[in-house]
Amino acid sequence: MIPLPPLLRLLMRLPLRRCLLAAVVAVSLPLQADDAVAPAADATAETTAEAAPAAPTAFPDVIRALGTASLSERTALLEALLATKNPNTAAVLTAWLEDHLHVRDADGAVFITAEAESNYALTDPLTMAAAGSEASEGFTKIGSNNNLRKLLRSALASFKLGNPDAAVRLAAVQEMLRAPDELTLTMLREQAKTEQDPAVLKAIAAGQAYADLTSDSADIRLAAVNVLSGALDGETLAKLEALREEANEPDERVRSAASVAISSIAVKRKFFSAIETLFFGLSLGSVLVLAAIGLAITFGVMGVINMAHGELMMIGAYTAYVVQQLMPTHLAASILISIPTAFVVSGLVGIAIERGVVRFLYGRPLETLLATFGISLFLQQLVRSIFSPLNRSVATPEFMSGQWVINDALSLTWNRLYIVVFTMVVFAALQLILRRTSLGLKVRAVSQNRAMARSMGINSDRVDAITFGLGSGIAGVAGVALSQLTNVGPNLGQSYIIDSFMVVVFGGVGNLWGTVIGGMTLGVAGKLLEPAVGAVMAKIAMLVFIILFIQRRKQGLFPQKGRAAEGH
Amino acid sequence: MSTQTMTGQGVLIPALKADRGGQVLLALLLIAAVVVPIFNLMIPEGSFFHLSTYTVTLFGKYLCYALLAIAVDLVWGYCGILSLGHTAFFALGGYAIGMYLMRQIGPRGVYGNPILPDFMVFLNWTELPWFWEGMNHFPVALLMVVLIPGLLALGFGWLAFRSRVTGVYLSIMTQALTFALLLAFFRNEMGFGGNNGLTDFKELLGFDLKTPGMRVALFITTVIALAVGYIGCRYVIASRLGRVVQGIRDAEGRTRFIGYQVESYKLWIWVFSAMLAGIAGALYVPQVGIINPGEFAPINSIEVVIWVAVGGRGTLYGAVAGAVLVNYAKTWFTAAFPEIWLYALGALFVGATLFLPKGVVGLIPARKVKTA
Amino acid sequence: MSTSPATTGPIGLRTKPTGKRRSTNAPSPDLSHNIILYVEGVTKSFDGFKALNDLSLYIETGELRCVIGPNGAGKTTMMDVITGKTTPDTGSVWFGQTIDLLGMSEPEIAQAGIGRKFQKPTVFPEHSVFENLELAMACDKSVWKILFAKLNAVQRERIDEVLGIIGLKDHRFGKAGALSHGQKQWLEIGMLLMQDPLVLLVDEPVAGMTPQETERTAELLVSLAGKHSVVVVEHDMNFVRSIARKVTVLHEGHVLAEGTMDEVQNDPQVKRVYLGE
Repeated sequence: MIPLPPLLRLLMRLPLRRCLLAAVVAVSLPLQADDAVAPAADATAETTAEAAPAAPTAFPDVIRALGTASLSERTALLEALLATKNPNTAAVLTAWLEDHLHVRDADGAVFITAEAESNYALTDPLTMAAAGSEASEGFTKIGSNNNLRKLLRSALASFKLGNPDAAVRLAAVQEMLRAPDELTLTMLREQAKTEQDPAVLKAIAAGQAYADLTSDSADIRLAAVNVLSGALDGETLAKLEALREEANEPDERVRSAASVAISSIAVKRKFFSAIETLFFGLSLGSVLVLAAIGLAITFGVMGVINMAHGELMMIGAYTAYVVQQLMPTHLAASILISIPTAFVVSGLVGIAIERGVVRFLYGRPLETLLATFGISLFLQQLVRSIFSPLNRSVATPEFMSGQWVINDALSLTWNRLYIVVFTMVVFAALQLILRRTSLGLKVRAVSQNRAMARSMGINSDRVDAITFGLGSGIAGVAGVALSQLTNVGPNLGQSYIIDSFMVVVFGGVGNLWGTVIGGMTLGVAGKLLEPAVGAVMAKIAMLVFIILFIQRRKQGLFPQKGRAAEGH
Repeated sequence: MSTQTMTGQGVLIPALKADRGGQVLLALLLIAAVVVPIFNLMIPEGSFFHLSTYTVTLFGKYLCYALLAIAVDLVWGYCGILSLGHTAFFALGGYAIGMYLMRQIGPRGVYGNPILPDFMVFLNWTELPWFWEGMNHFPVALLMVVLIPGLLALGFGWLAFRSRVTGVYLSIMTQALTFALLLAFFRNEMGFGGNNGLTDFKELLGFDLKTPGMRVALFITTVIALAVGYIGCRYVIASRLGRVVQGIRDAEGRTRFIGYQVESYKLWIWVFSAMLAGIAGALYVPQVGIINPGEFAPINSIEVVIWVAVGGRGTLYGAVAGAVLVNYAKTWFTAAFPEIWLYALGALFVGATLFLPKGVVGLIPARKVKTA
Repeated sequence: MSTSPATTGPIGLRTKPTGKRRSTNAPSPDLSHNIILYVEGVTKSFDGFKALNDLSLYIETGELRCVIGPNGAGKTTMMDVITGKTTPDTGSVWFGQTIDLLGMSEPEIAQAGIGRKFQKPTVFPEHSVFENLELAMACDKSVWKILFAKLNAVQRERIDEVLGIIGLKDHRFGKAGALSHGQKQWLEIGMLLMQDPLVLLVDEPVAGMTPQETERTAELLVSLAGKHSVVVVEHDMNFVRSIARKVTVLHEGHVLAEGTMDEVQNDPQVKRVYLGE
């Protein structure tokens, strides 16, 4: 229920605008609560009658009167319009505000217009139905002035404040607070009494506090500073900064309170920005890990250096693109389907590479490197021939777009969050395969002692092919993830291959945990460096760091242990 | 080579006597140095026998690549160090001479600044960076051509060889090195023209770079450099140092346990090779007229390795043959069937490693070794 | 020279260093106590496994010593420690009275006069037999010297001599990679000789040799002792019996017994763990 007495008191304090305000409140009320309609309408009827007795009251009449009214009469007509509580009012007000309300000179009929070349596409405000298209010469604009526009905006905002969607209400509050005055603040205070949504309430409280900062009373200003000390946003910080100057704020208490509030806000913002950097770093690290972990299998476990690894990721990304083209209406499903599809496609290509080329070169790592590099060139050109050299973009499904707003100082993008989670899942699955399945057992056996594994009856050829396929399949899955972050093009793989090798080598060859920790470390370190030296220099610094690091510890962060690791 | 003939005669002469491929190569270079100028300068244009200046420059370019390939073969074929970053040294040598050529433009640049190259004026720089000082002197530039790649190789190699980084790891490190340089040189702040690199050269030692005469002079210089480079490498390989280096390739541990400081030997041959690559780059830049960060791209370095593999590694003349053959094929393919070229190159990588372990020169029967 | 015990060798007595021995610029060991190699309290563990456990061993000048022991007893690791390939966790290794081997690299140790033959014969397969010996020859092995090095008549003679000793005169221009397994073993021994070392560490020299070759190897090693100190690691008991003056038995990284072949064979502990009882 809306408590009437305070509302009426309010109206008495605002003689100039009280009628309009009453109308505004009255119009907004029915949209919030049905049972508030009756008393509010009563109150409106009384006050309106008192203020503008001559004005028409029925919606069609008011609309028609707008066409002929002078600028000064229009204020009264606005009140009347609001009083009609017609659902089309919002559309009319919007059109009016945007200079899209015109009167036809021939018959005085009022239309909402949209410009279509030299014609106007007409909409009848009474029915909101299209009413044809006519030359714009026969129309006169129903204009407004600054004062009127202000009123229009407030009226519109109050409409929006009644919207059931909290996001619309929040936008309305923010819009109103852009240039707050006594009127809007009063409206917002009223709104706060019934508002349930915490974000909207917070915005209103902040707006009130901002207004209070300009109050004549030092106590009110002090209270406002205390309210604002809990905020996190940059705007608040700027306002408080201004208060520290003696020229802006005569009262010593307020100034010191502002200083305290600023340092408290700054600490919190620093904290959240550290979390954000960490998150960016982790998400970048996740991409590196995803790109590198397949390589950790082929290079680390098998000892095969596969320079076409990046192109296997590229194939995965193109698989995601093709799947999406096949089912353009089901974005979310297409991404989910392309994960196993890419795994299979890239895995099969990988097995073909292993059977066709790599197996003839076991024990000759440098030749393997060159041959697989040749394959990577071949695959790039193949993709150029099939899909054109231009980049393709894979659409992001809705659940992955946008961001997760945690507070004013911290919001995380969903796609990056998903990548982090996805990386963890892929890693866990891989560990599971290697640790818990018989295939994993065989892979580890062959990687540790091929001759022994063979004599135990393990078909090492088959294990090699499947291991290579597994590593390649993971690359394909990584490609799907990459398609959500960047454009898909023939050079996609190239840009990741050096990074991937760096991660594997840094983490310690043959150690999947090393790859994860190495990738995450490099990602976070890169993001930490970035603000100081820029992205390119950060990248160069990382490369140089790894070059130096490997020379200190050539086994990487987590070397394989044991006597065999000492080498010959 | 026969060890018996070595006493009294020195190392080089017997080595060259036994090197049929090298003899053919040097003979071909001599012929080229005589024939190319005649066909370009003396036979009038329009004649069937006239060699266009464009072709002369193209040949010159191939020979620069050949010198680079020799440098790669020296470390890969003889010492087992697969460098995927040798174009870094090549490009640095090129940048050194490019800086000299930029300073020679003087006030004839677009902005007419007598000291600052155009790109610096464009970036609103008011002073010449310290490392551009002195680069207007040709001897200084020549020194830098070998000094800068040499120092980079020394620093990198000292770190890498001392901590015994070998094989694939070393290859990837070299790739990271050139990639880091690629990124760095793309930055305007580096002071090397950023993305666009150094270009619009006018003259070298006062001679206009665009005249046919100058082009032929550059070509002959390249021929001489390649011949001297080849003979120098042949000497190194035939010396006991060459045998130690090959010993390191085949049995590094053994070399160490008979008392050789393996790191020092690797470092020596690595730095020597880098300097050779720097010289190749310095000859390349005045002929093509531009040097930009693209030369640092890792793929270029890997392509050099494939020239060597296709030609036949561990022979030196095979590297020359591979560089010329592959680049001729590249010129032809990219003009006639541009979309086929990467397929062909990819197939070359796979085919050379799988089916041609000794390269093209390995196909030629041992008695009658010939080169391109 | 300092008088502190650390620089005067493990015995703790101070002696005059001997003069330069060979044509290398490496320091010469001080052999005044007739002990050329001190291995004292050396422990080395790999990932928790103690390959060497408080190993102490002394080799006399000119001695021929055989080291035996079951697989995993630490024989090869011991050689790795002496030649600088592996750094021990604790302990010390001295070459004569004054040279601390633990601070030196493999080439430095080789230059100082300790030669090593690997278990698996390692020669330079792409070089001729002659070149293999040439490379091993004792000389100044710094880079610039080697770049301009030439063989003189004395050196050629020495290579010919060694070629004769190892019976590979007919193979001098043949590639080492083309030799049989036994011939490679011989070549590697020849390379050791070319190094002219004070101490030869020989790891399983007769593996893969015919009985005749084995016999010749035994003769060669015996003839080398006296001029050189020779440490032989071998599994072939007959071979050991045929050459050994003194035998050291290693077990689990520790010296189990030391003495003549007969003494060792009758040692109850050795019988239990190695000779089998």
